Amino acid sequence: MKYALIPLLPFIAFVLNIVFGRNYIKDRAHWIAVPAVFGSFVLAVSAFTDVLSGNVININLYSWITSGDFHVTVGFLIDQLSAIMLIVVTSISTLIFIYSIGYMHGDGGYYRFFAYLSLFVFSMLVLVMANNFLLMYFGWEAVGLCSYFLIGFWFHKKSAADAGKKAFIVNRFGDFGFGLGVILIFLTFGSLDYMQVFGQAGSLLGQTIDLFGYDVDLATLICLLLFCGAVGKSAQIPLHVWLPDAMEGPTPVSALIHAATMVTAGVFMVARCNPLFNMSEIAMNTVAIVGGVTAIFAATIALVQNDIKRVIAYSTVSQLGYMFLALGVGAYSAGIFHLYTHAYFKALLFLGSGSVIHALHHAKHDDEQNMQKMGGLRKHMPLTYRVFIIATLSITGIPFLAGFFSKDEILWRAFLGGELGRFLWLLGTIAALLTAFYSWRLIYLTFHGSYRGGEGQEQHIHESPKVITVPLMFLAFGAIFAGYVGIPPLFVEHGDKIGEFLAPVLGHPEGHGTHVQEFFVMGASIFVALAGWIVAYTMYLKKTDLPQKIGSLFKPIHTLLFNKYYIDELYSRSIVQPVLKASDKIILAFDTYVIEGIVNGLPNLIGLFSRKFRTVQTGFLANYGLVMAFGVLCIIGYMIFVR
Amino acid sequence: MDFGAGFSLIDIRPLTPEITMICTGLILLLLDLVVKKKEAIAVLGIIGTIVAIFATYRLYAFNETRSIFLEMFALDGYANFFKIIFYINVILTICISFRYMKIEKASIGEYYALLMFATTGMMIMASAADLIVLYLGLELMALSTYILAGLMRKQRKSNEAALKYFFLGAFSSAFLLYGISLTFGLTGTTNIQDIAGLVSSLSIADNAIMHLAVVFLIVAFGFKIALVPFHMWAPDVYEGAPTSITAFMSVGPKAAGFAVLGRVLFEAFGDMQIMWSSILVPLSILTMAVGSIIALAQTNIKRMLAYSSVAHAGYILLGIIAGTTDGLISSVNYLMIYMFMNMGAFAIVIMLRSEGFQGEELEDYKGLAKTNPAAAALMLVFMFSLTGIPPTAGFIGKFYVIMEAINAGDMYLAITAVVFSVISAFFYLRVVMYMYMNDPKETVILTKSPSMTFALALTTVMVLVLGVFPSVLLNLVRSSIIS
Repeated sequence: MKYALIPLLPFIAFVLNIVFGRNYIKDRAHWIAVPAVFGSFVLAVSAFTDVLSGNVININLYSWITSGDFHVTVGFLIDQLSAIMLIVVTSISTLIFIYSIGYMHGDGGYYRFFAYLSLFVFSMLVLVMANNFLLMYFGWEAVGLCSYFLIGFWFHKKSAADAGKKAFIVNRFGDFGFGLGVILIFLTFGSLDYMQVFGQAGSLLGQTIDLFGYDVDLATLICLLLFCGAVGKSAQIPLHVWLPDAMEGPTPVSALIHAATMVTAGVFMVARCNPLFNMSEIAMNTVAIVGGVTAIFAATIALVQNDIKRVIAYSTVSQLGYMFLALGVGAYSAGIFHLYTHAYFKALLFLGSGSVIHALHHAKHDDEQNMQKMGGLRKHMPLTYRVFIIATLSITGIPFLAGFFSKDEILWRAFLGGELGRFLWLLGTIAALLTAFYSWRLIYLTFHGSYRGGEGQEQHIHESPKVITVPLMFLAFGAIFAGYVGIPPLFVEHGDKIGEFLAPVLGHPEGHGTHVQEFFVMGASIFVALAGWIVAYTMYLKKTDLPQKIGSLFKPIHTLLFNKYYIDELYSRSIVQPVLKASDKIILAFDTYVIEGIVNGLPNLIGLFSRKFRTVQTGFLANYGLVMAFGVLCIIGYMIFVR
Repeated sequence: MDFGAGFSLIDIRPLTPEITMICTGLILLLLDLVVKKKEAIAVLGIIGTIVAIFATYRLYAFNETRSIFLEMFALDGYANFFKIIFYINVILTICISFRYMKIEKASIGEYYALLMFATTGMMIMASAADLIVLYLGLELMALSTYILAGLMRKQRKSNEAALKYFFLGAFSSAFLLYGISLTFGLTGTTNIQDIAGLVSSLSIADNAIMHLAVVFLIVAFGFKIALVPFHMWAPDVYEGAPTSITAFMSVGPKAAGFAVLGRVLFEAFGDMQIMWSSILVPLSILTMAVGSIIALAQTNIKRMLAYSSVAHAGYILLGIIAGTTDGLISSVNYLMIYMFMNMGAFAIVIMLRSEGFQGEELEDYKGLAKTNPAAAALMLVFMFSLTGIPPTAGFIGKFYVIMEAINAGDMYLAITAVVFSVISAFFYLRVVMYMYMNDPKETVILTKSPSMTFALALTTVMVLVLGVFPSVLLNLVRSSIIS
């Protein structure tokens, strides 16, 4: 029961801050929010140890709606999967909340920021802890809403408000599918409770449903609809367009929502529904292919971007692709493992870039996110530089840091997954090469070389305050050591603790390979990581004129990548503008025909019966009495003649 | 009849809530002569109501629910629950009136006294076990509200509202009396429970005159709850009356109308359920349709809310049509929820009224989110609730009445309700759109007061809490009605 407090504490913080923040709490908002999420973290750890000792908690707190056979309950399931998610969400939230004290200091909407952020943590925890689809759907929509609020936090900036809208609308597409999936689950199983649905998942085998005259495999349909939601929320192709724009939000938001937690909700959801996905090979392959293609696709775009946060955003999209790739080949625990390590090193990258932006902002830099205008920050911000290096080593998969273990596990599982798996492994390995390149490019452009910003700014650049750097150090610790719960059996017998821990929920992945193959896969990923590093080193540190030359040599490709494959433009031309035009017309037509039709038409219609009734609501008392009498007569007539 | 024998002071106990309210009203009238600060009178009104609440609380477990005053007065859970609605309604009304009546320069002691009298009328209606008592209660309520509607004596609209309400109300009272006399003529009694027995023992359930009597009663009660086509008074009166009274009228008399409709139909004419359901079905569809569609075209928010309250009467009727105890429970549940969301919305409307600014046009809400984000957020909650969007209480209310319609087999009725509910989203959400999507025309200054803050806090919290924990209220209604 006490675990109900895990989501409740942030919710209380939200209510206090939103109600009393403006007039009473003001700049002290963090005194409420930080203890609340830290309390959640402590409880989450206690829940985790509970699960570790073998207690899976599944309780219904109360029934929201009960009517006949239709029950909607609010209840929590804390099993191995949600326990890990709880640790990830609450630990990262706590660090980012502390970081925000420094980062958002002096902002006019300080209390509002902490209120929304607390509301987000509440929603995310509800999503993770839910024991039925409806509650998960509630959390799912609520995190989307918070994301909208927080992307558009600086709403007076038009680009921020637009980005918020874009994220919200793009997610509508995915959530529509997700909602249909949930409804279909209810129609199929007569329940929305996880235990009941997953318990009957086997009955899906061979069931079909008639869809526009075609017989569609039911399991495939349900899973693909659910996956639609995941594609939207986790920014996979073709709905990835909102995430880079979401970087308009404050950097802590990017780190918490758009890197570590909310965007991984799709991965979590697919892993949670693994009994359903296991019923459909088509759905699994779709997940794997979408993941693999997104991984490499987003990585290519990241190669040439100049905005520091956007590079990391595309990197996030790419890493999420890896997670889906893992899920798609049936290696659910590898996907969750990567989700968990990624949360630390990606949050670190974002917060590190936030530290850079913060410093440049205070130095009155006019283009504070453009890497081309940075350089040489290493000497001014040694601590930020060091944690950045750690995060980069981790994400590029340099041995014995967190990212190495999880990425290697994914690639190895893909390698074992038949022909499709081999192909996806190749995609993943190439993406790893690109990852290494753009990650080091970011480091060299930002921290090495000489300062390329405006005159007289450099001496004003200082390392960020303790409240910002201390959370960075904690995250750096995670980025190094988080992977040691999943050491491949190749090195240590029973080293894959996380896989064994998750096995009761997610099952064991299939496929076995030889030690030689495993060393080959590992060697290949280490090789590409180093290769990408060396290329970046040569291009951005040694021969700095090289990027220019290559850029002009492959100008069409560079332009294509720089413009993100023109996908935004494509959507704008093919969907957004036609819809806007059409809706303008529809609204106009609705106004002229429907509204005015009612104003003018309805009285006219009644006027047909009696000229004196030209307008019913005449204001004349006698008419009103007449209508009443007429009504009574009608009822009596109805009694006599109809009944 | 021998009134002398067996009458003792102890028999008055069941009436203590009503007596408290009446006495409070009388004291307020007297104090009005000597007390200059009218706020003091208002506070005293609230205190009187709280005493009455305490009395009702003590009587909740009162055993002798029937044989009070020669079986003329019922003190069952049903009556007591409705009384709770009336108490909260009158307290909220007083809370939102403080500053408003001052601005309207109609801050007089009678106002609060009349609120007390009207509420007493409603309470008597809810407790009426006899048609004559029912009529007395109804007239006490009606006469008080006629005056309240016309309280702004210097305004033509207000006078007009009062006069219209009075004449049409008198017209509907005639129907009520016709219904009562026909019933008395056929059964020889006006006692509600006796009627039920006589209808079956005399086997007059299919008698045409009996049907006519039921129709007349439905018409009279339908007038109070503004069923189409007996709703004609509502928009004009709601617009013309002081806004606080509009809020009061859109909840109190409507709930009282439903209280007597439910009691008379379920208790006296329970055997004729198929007959009265078949009359109420078209009325309910018409009510939902006219209410929602005409509200689309309104530009004055008071008129819009008037039509919206007409539409809500249609939804509430669904539970009564079902004709089951569960149906009745869903309707009463809806009424309680409706009170909170409607009162909340009206409270915001009143806040917009300031010296020299009417604030009654929809246009006035443009850009409210920019100038007054808190008020806009609350209005958003109430509009969402009135539309019926989860997790607000409005969703719960609609969900259960529609579910009862489905359980009773009225599938088409349920679908109609959903369709009109969707249509109604258009005009409710238009307010939200104006507040959040448009730029402010002029800076709206809100009239705030501590009591207003209290009313808004209570309504908002209830709308949200009942949306998240609906079973709390539902169980209370169930235990009250089944007792």
